[in-house]
Amino acid sequence: MPVAASAIYFLNLRGDVLINRLYRDDVGGNMVDAFRTHIMQTKELGTCPVRQIGGCSFLYMRISNVYIVIVVSSNANAACALKFVVEAVALFKSYFGGAFDEDAIRNNFVLIYELLDEIMDFGYPQNLSPEILKLYITQEGVRSPFSSKQPDKPVPNATLQVTGAVGWRREGLVYKKNEVFLDIVESVNLLMSSKGSVLRCDVTGKILMKCFLSGMPDLKLGLNDKIGLEKESQIKARPTKSGKTIELDDVTFHQCVNLTRFNSEKTVSFVPPDGEFELMKYRITEGVNLPFRVLPSIKELGRTRMEVNVKVKSVFGAKMFALGVVVKVPVPKQTAKTNFQVTTGRAKYNAAIDCLVWKIRKFPGQTESTISAEVELISTMVEKKAWTRPPIQMEFQVPMFTASGLRVRFLKVWEKSGYNTVEWVRYITRAGSYEIRC
Amino acid sequence: MSGHDSKYFSTTKKGEIPELKDELNSQYKDKKKDAVKKVIAAMTVGKDVSSLFTDVVNCMQTDNLELKKLVYLYLINYAKSQPDLAILAVNTFVKDSQDPNPLIRALAVRTMGCIRVDKITEYLCDPLQRCLKDDDPYVRKTAAICVAKLYDINAELVEDRGFLETLKDLISDSNPMVVANAVAALAEIQENSSRTIFEITSHTLFKLLAALNECTEWGQVFILDALSKYKASDARDAENIVERVTPRLQHANCAVVLSAVKVILQQMELITSTDVVRNLCKKMAPPLVTLLSAEPEIQYVALRNINLIVQRRPTILAHEIKVFFCKYNDPIYVKMEKLEIMIKLASDRNIDQVLLEFKEYATEVDVDFVRKAVRAIGRCAIKLERAAERCISVLLELIKIKVNYVVQEAIIVIKDIFRRYPNTYESIIATLCESLDTLDEPEAKASMIWIIGEYAERIDNADELLESFLETFPEEPAQVQLQLLTATVKLFLKKPTEGPQQMIQVVLNNATQETDNPDLRDRAYIYWRLLSTDPEAAKDVVLAEKPVISDDSNQLDPSLLDELLANIATLASVYHKPPDAFVSRVKPAVQRPEDEEEFPDGLDAGPSELSATETEINASPARGPSNVPHVPTKAVPTAAAPPPAPVPDLLGDLIGLDNALVPVDQPTVGSGPPLPVLLASSAGQGLQINGQLIRRDGQIFYSFKFENNSLTPLDGFMIQFNKNSFGLAAGGALQVPPLQPGSSANTLLPMVLFQNISPGPANTLLQVAVKNNQQPVWYFNDNVPFEVFFTEDGRMERATFLETWKSLPDSHEIVRDLPNSFISNMDATLEKLAGANLFFIAKRPLRDTNQEVIYFSAKLPRNIPILVEITVLVGRPGVKCAIKTPNPDMGPLFFEALEALLK
Repeated sequence: MPVAASAIYFLNLRGDVLINRLYRDDVGGNMVDAFRTHIMQTKELGTCPVRQIGGCSFLYMRISNVYIVIVVSSNANAACALKFVVEAVALFKSYFGGAFDEDAIRNNFVLIYELLDEIMDFGYPQNLSPEILKLYITQEGVRSPFSSKQPDKPVPNATLQVTGAVGWRREGLVYKKNEVFLDIVESVNLLMSSKGSVLRCDVTGKILMKCFLSGMPDLKLGLNDKIGLEKESQIKARPTKSGKTIELDDVTFHQCVNLTRFNSEKTVSFVPPDGEFELMKYRITEGVNLPFRVLPSIKELGRTRMEVNVKVKSVFGAKMFALGVVVKVPVPKQTAKTNFQVTTGRAKYNAAIDCLVWKIRKFPGQTESTISAEVELISTMVEKKAWTRPPIQMEFQVPMFTASGLRVRFLKVWEKSGYNTVEWVRYITRAGSYEIRC
Repeated sequence: MSGHDSKYFSTTKKGEIPELKDELNSQYKDKKKDAVKKVIAAMTVGKDVSSLFTDVVNCMQTDNLELKKLVYLYLINYAKSQPDLAILAVNTFVKDSQDPNPLIRALAVRTMGCIRVDKITEYLCDPLQRCLKDDDPYVRKTAAICVAKLYDINAELVEDRGFLETLKDLISDSNPMVVANAVAALAEIQENSSRTIFEITSHTLFKLLAALNECTEWGQVFILDALSKYKASDARDAENIVERVTPRLQHANCAVVLSAVKVILQQMELITSTDVVRNLCKKMAPPLVTLLSAEPEIQYVALRNINLIVQRRPTILAHEIKVFFCKYNDPIYVKMEKLEIMIKLASDRNIDQVLLEFKEYATEVDVDFVRKAVRAIGRCAIKLERAAERCISVLLELIKIKVNYVVQEAIIVIKDIFRRYPNTYESIIATLCESLDTLDEPEAKASMIWIIGEYAERIDNADELLESFLETFPEEPAQVQLQLLTATVKLFLKKPTEGPQQMIQVVLNNATQETDNPDLRDRAYIYWRLLSTDPEAAKDVVLAEKPVISDDSNQLDPSLLDELLANIATLASVYHKPPDAFVSRVKPAVQRPEDEEEFPDGLDAGPSELSATETEINASPARGPSNVPHVPTKAVPTAAAPPPAPVPDLLGDLIGLDNALVPVDQPTVGSGPPLPVLLASSAGQGLQINGQLIRRDGQIFYSFKFENNSLTPLDGFMIQFNKNSFGLAAGGALQVPPLQPGSSANTLLPMVLFQNISPGPANTLLQVAVKNNQQPVWYFNDNVPFEVFFTEDGRMERATFLETWKSLPDSHEIVRDLPNSFISNMDATLEKLAGANLFFIAKRPLRDTNQEVIYFSAKLPRNIPILVEITVLVGRPGVKCAIKTPNPDMGPLFFEALEALLK
């Protein structure tokens, strides 16, 4: 059964109900107490996001300082339920201007109830596109003509658009200047063994799009991925310009992309929602360009001293640079004193996370930098359990660099009025979970 | 841009309710609206504001949509507690459902469906009818869901008013979202009905596939979930569907992806071309991997599902093991599931890499995770013979770290490895013995003791080692005591010297006299008797070769796996339990006894002789995830299912009784018509039970057939009956031999009467519970065929019949028409009835008609006669039956039985 919820609760960290909405009769109103006593107040919290208590199942997520709990008593679609929560939060954020926390919920509870009534009916998720919902569900703060002055006048076509085939874009948009912004944001995940061999490495990327386009434009996006290019050259019966091509392991698309067409022609064509949205996500595991190499050496000298040496090399183009580089080098809990030198940036010992935190604001390409530290430990009387060395973690972002090598080849915009558009493309690579065992 | 609603929460003055009441009745719109908001805020934090019902409902007639929605919200919450007042709202609803604004029309019909008050439901029908055919798709899609709501409140009404037909028409609607909601509603209605209401035909299939391309992401989920129930007619049909569904794998919504995977896996079963299947497997892998970059909660759901998928189609992710490597910051529930999948995907090709990972995890901080990682190494050793040695060396390295819980966990898994590869790795025992003193968990201790006992002849100081445990024997947990007992016996049999002899004396004394634990005592007695009568037999039994255990990482049995795969993405796939195991609302046909407590002294209750036999078989380190019995005593053939044999009175009797096991008369099982199914294989995790009560040789038997369709051998069957009207209970032990997978056994269980008679009017319901050592207790219901109670000595002389008839007061006569019964051949019928101990007395024609009147007699246990008069026209349906009996309560049951006999 594709039912996703019998009831939905928003709770603060103390367990107070901020919002509750019952969609079905098959769960009692006191089920939230069961959640409080059996999950929130026990060690269970955080051990498993799907739990059964009594005859009911609870699916929950924590978002900032709020728990969103879904209660069901049937064999509901768990994936659907959790995804609904994720999407609903995105929707609320879009309404509240970005924040989603206890205060935001209390300040907008009327609106939230109104939205909850609209986006789910009898436990079945309905249209959750912010773009369309904003047409007819307006904020209290903003005095829209619809809610007070002309209460009876229906929004033109609102209902048709909610249910329509293009349920994410409204008609009749007009922009003076037609612009599209593309952001290719990649996060590179790495797990490297202490000996320097790559255990796992992949890039998850997403293409974020900001559209300010009039009318109902049809867009087509071309990337330098292998399959798309091959297909294209088949169709054109001539080889396309050679250049670096990459192989995408998997792509997923925003609901606006015509999947059947992608499947047959390998082209990404779509009618975009207005404003900002995530067009696609992709994953790459082969041929990843790692932006940084890390060479750690940690020596435990007896029971009270340690020597730490970490060398970081940037291996991207010399003209580029990385920003906000942070290297977290783990040290044992019983660290008493640290002495260190760094070739660039600043470092300090953070006892809360048991790490030496080394920050470099700007790290040019093709350079290297080192931290060497001496750590003194308190010798404890208790027989010491061997220090389980957590991995070194890195944070960074490298503008105009893609770890996957992905490039946007073209973005074609076609609209019946035939206006010209300006397209902007940016690339950035961030560290996902960039870990080096030591 | 955010609002300032929080102020509505802050009014907590005294006299709040009257104040709100005033404000609600204010003439100023804004004040009214604010008041309603305050009411909703109070409702949210759990204050009872139901007393304001009338005042809030009065605000309903408004032009302000926002206010209207708030009032509706209030109504949904409180209508049930104020059904009489809720009726006040009906007029507005009906009016709203005809509003020119489609949003208001939809809102009215949506809200009305949520108000579960019977009186309102009646008024809902007309607006719903209209809205289902509304011009606006938004209204239609809302109305479609409303039909499901109404069905939930009053199914008959929905069927009577023809809403189901209208709903089915909506599948052909031009708007994809209407189609999707109609499909969701129909699927739900089908789920709650035993009739066929919604079945996808090739015609609807086409429409659904078309709508799939156009509807919202959630609509796609509804349609895909419905499609997963469709049975394709042949391979081509299946390929067609798969081709249309495959593009959904690229959707950004994880629910769409998982539902698409579900459909593809279902249809793949039908596809014969290996190329197509291989290709599909290749296509499914990347989307499944991508699910692991979602939010951790969604990852968890995905991982639980992947766990199922790799059990059926291991090739899909065979090359992707790296993506399941745990990240340092993964939540613990994600790590645990990843580990489980890593074990499943481990192969000779990737084992080195996997072992490196496991070793890394074994040094992390979270104790549970570390333990699981250590256990994972052991499971890989058992699964992959060629990698076993490498696994063991990793385990030894870990033992050297000397972290207490790592060592203990390692010893537990090493014991399993010894079971799997006997006589291969014993050289490491010396290393294990070094950690002997640090063991403090029962399971680890028991495992270590088992190892010492099993390899006593190779451990020079085995007796010393065991002796060190003996000092604390009385304080040890049962698990350790049992192992100590067995290990000492093994030691004695292997090294029958003085030291061990003394030890065994101590242990047997302790285990028979100083303990309250019947399992321990029984086992000690068995050993004692064996040792004192025939030490050679004892050797054969105790030191018998043990069956090799196998890898258990593919634990789910195929029928359960099938069911779970059909439920991908749902809670069933997350829990790895069939839906009816955790959903309380089931179709009316299936009923299980909810009141387990009513079973007299039951199966699960403490130390009875039942549980004693159970542990005998499953004793010692049989632990959590592996269902493999590791037990030495497993080899004791006679101990496998001892009937409740007379336990000889303690020590004196022990010697001189060479065979205490008394053979029990077991009636042979006759062949007859197939027995009705009592517990279906799908409901019993592969165990199927057929059975029926029969009467044979003047006694009542339960004729059973047990069939094991699961993957594991089942043994230790036991049965228990709930209180019933006849006090039926087992008259002996249930004799079922251990069932190997795929085998079955027939048995006759003698039954006795008048044991635990349930109060209340007599009925034929018999609730039965069956258990075995491997599975949970199964409950099922059977109907007692009343004729089994008719005794063989029920024949009466004519005179006695007349006399008895007259002696019984007329109040004891019951008459019933049995319109569906008939007699086509008098002689055959009489013979058949006589076979059921219903004896013919006399026959006479009824004056002026062609009908005949026949007299019978029967007798129930405790000499209760039943005198029967049947009026019938031979060859025509319709029998009139009158009975006289001192016990007229039994009348209805008798008629039921007669009806069955005269079919």
